[in-house]
Amino acid sequence: MTPDLTQWLPWVNYGCAVLAVVAGLRVVTGRQLFHSALALGLSLLSVAGLYFVVAADFLAVAQILIYVGAILTLIAFAIMLTTGFGDPTIPQANRQRLPAALITLAVWILLVRVTVAIPWDQLAAPQPRVPVATVGRTLVTSYLLPFELISILFVACLIGAIAISAQRRPMS
Amino acid sequence: MPLAAWFITSATLFCLGLYGVLTRRNAVAILMAIELMLNAANLNVVATARLLDARGEGQVVALFIIALAACEAVVGLAIILTVYRQAKSIWADDLHLLKG
Repeated sequence: MTPDLTQWLPWVNYGCAVLAVVAGLRVVTGRQLFHSALALGLSLLSVAGLYFVVAADFLAVAQILIYVGAILTLIAFAIMLTTGFGDPTIPQANRQRLPAALITLAVWILLVRVTVAIPWDQLAAPQPRVPVATVGRTLVTSYLLPFELISILFVACLIGAIAISAQRRPMS
Repeated sequence: MPLAAWFITSATLFCLGLYGVLTRRNAVAILMAIELMLNAANLNVVATARLLDARGEGQVVALFIIALAACEAVVGLAIILTVYRQAKSIWADDLHLLKG
């Protein structure tokens, strides 16, 4: 008999949310840049876990593949090609730390107050799980044009990145 | 988890990213903070989609945001690498000349 795991779902949910925020804090305050990159990976994985909880499986897998797999690798490459592990005694934050914290806190309080003031769960009942087939059908019917435009954007990005970072030899 | 908790998680992640963009000196770290903000926006879209969406449009939009974030990271890191080669500095507060 398989144990019923759905009773643990709220715990997984809150655990992922807390982990995402704690890792996010480490991303923006860590002194060693490579550790920040690893914390970013943990935060992105926790968000993927949150997607799994709301049964957005396809999105969760895409998040892991693209964000954790591709973007994080790129960031690790960029860190290694520039400062490497670096000197942890060099301050990573500029002198605007206090005003920045105040502005951020003000934005956060505004967002949270607006969020709490609205009775979200009474506005509409949660929808049933959307199967992956439906997501795929929506992607290639109603959203076909943006889907194709994204591929043009990808090609433009690739060519642009190569053109920007290619070493130019002086004309002989 | 009630929907408000999702929104608060996403708002917190967004504000952390904002703080990172405002305070970090390393250009790569600023880019990482931007990724955090994009991710928070995505979380918000998915949380709202759970309430209103029966056709998977929320997931499709979130997928587009992930793709755009990938493009942004590629071009951003290429620019950072070129600037690092030219100016020999990764600190955003050193890079204050557009030409020179």
